[in-house]
Amino acid sequence: MGKRTIVPFGPQHPALPEPVHLDLELEDETVVRAIPSIGYVHRGLEKLAEKRDYNDMIYVMERVCGICSFGHGWGYAGAVEGLMSVQIPDRAECLRIMFHELSRVHSHLLWLGLLADGLGFDSLFMHCWRIRERVLDVFEAITGGRVVMSFCKVGGVRKDLTPEMLKMVKDTCDMIEDEMRKTGLVFMKDTSVRNRLCGTGVLSREDIIDLSAVGPVARGSGVNNDVRSANPMYRDLGFSPVLYDDGDCWSRCMVRVDEIMQSLDMIRNAVRDLPDGDVSVPVKGNAPVGDYVFRVEQPRGEGFYYVQGNGSKFLSRARVRTPTNINIPAMTRMLQGCNLQDVSMLVITIDPCISCTER
Amino acid sequence: MTEETKQTFETVSPEDIPGMAENLKSEGYRLVQLCGVTKEGHTEILYSFDKDFAIRNLKVAVPFGQTVGSITPWYWAAFVYENEVHDLFDVEFTDSKLDYKGNFFRMSCKAPWKGPEAAPKEGS
Repeated sequence: MGKRTIVPFGPQHPALPEPVHLDLELEDETVVRAIPSIGYVHRGLEKLAEKRDYNDMIYVMERVCGICSFGHGWGYAGAVEGLMSVQIPDRAECLRIMFHELSRVHSHLLWLGLLADGLGFDSLFMHCWRIRERVLDVFEAITGGRVVMSFCKVGGVRKDLTPEMLKMVKDTCDMIEDEMRKTGLVFMKDTSVRNRLCGTGVLSREDIIDLSAVGPVARGSGVNNDVRSANPMYRDLGFSPVLYDDGDCWSRCMVRVDEIMQSLDMIRNAVRDLPDGDVSVPVKGNAPVGDYVFRVEQPRGEGFYYVQGNGSKFLSRARVRTPTNINIPAMTRMLQGCNLQDVSMLVITIDPCISCTER
Repeated sequence: MTEETKQTFETVSPEDIPGMAENLKSEGYRLVQLCGVTKEGHTEILYSFDKDFAIRNLKVAVPFGQTVGSITPWYWAAFVYENEVHDLFDVEFTDSKLDYKGNFFRMSCKAPWKGPEAAPKEGS
């Protein structure tokens, strides 16, 4: 047995856009154990629910994270609507799915770019982010915001889309699909990419179940806990979970590549089959005493939203359990036995969002 | 998104939690989360588990100063939440498999979500 050394990794590191710290216990250059630490930028946003009207709190929730901003708004709105026994119109639900899947496309493209950057493949990184900009352009054209859009509200969505806007969404999907047919091939077949990703950071199906991991991390090991499976409208739009079985970095990467293509199909189907009717219903009055949980499949995995009403217009509790929160234990498991040089890439493959985690 | 998602809420005593966690694990439930809610004189902890897209929530009222058994022997991933509830709500978990001893979150004050000032005014 070699001498054991503890190497601190983060909270500031070139591979980490946000602060997370790992104590890496090494034997030679092999990681024996990794102990994570977070909490460097905890903001206490959940606590604000006690002092904000439940209708206004959605503005706070959208700011939990910039990448999955829409999903956080939807998750919170869905939880409040459930608490208040409000049924939103089908058109609003379909528009939410459309925007959420656009968010997934840009989130996955952002991640693919970061992975390419981590691999030292800079041209691939720039291609991914160039394609991603198309989605942000659509958001800006429709809502005025590229990151935080305030499109979702309790009771539905804030505005309807015109036929011209819907055509723009469809044309953008066609354009991104065309680009991704070429770019996705690089992740699938390029030797230098495969050499780094295949067989690295393997998590077995049993590991995933044991650690309750979610999102592409789970689906890359063949475990379907994609909560979109439980939504009938998603099924009508052509959803089926993307699963790979190898459990390595390449599988987690390919889940995201395939999900981009599937999301583009679902968005086009949503444009084609968008139901008629209103896009919101009014939600007024005090929130009743009670609890409700709501889940949204964020790009990084299951987002969990819990609200507790107390008979006033304020909530006793608004809880966000982000996907990174539950994937941190899986990350520490996949780091065990890896080489020190692979640590940054393995951390990237769970797509950590510390901003979400430090809500 | 939850038209088909079933959810249940049950009240459980703190002493029963470790045994229930062991049973839920053997029945194939996945840990979703733990969270704390400050109430008058106690902290309410919500444990959420999932099986086949149905959520089972266990509510546990832990009086201030009382400990609760850790579920990390069965759900190791629970260390993230137990340390969070400890640091924000000052609830002690016994037999934790990974206890940060109050150093998980770097807060400017100890347990900022505990106590009368932290409790929301019911019905206000």
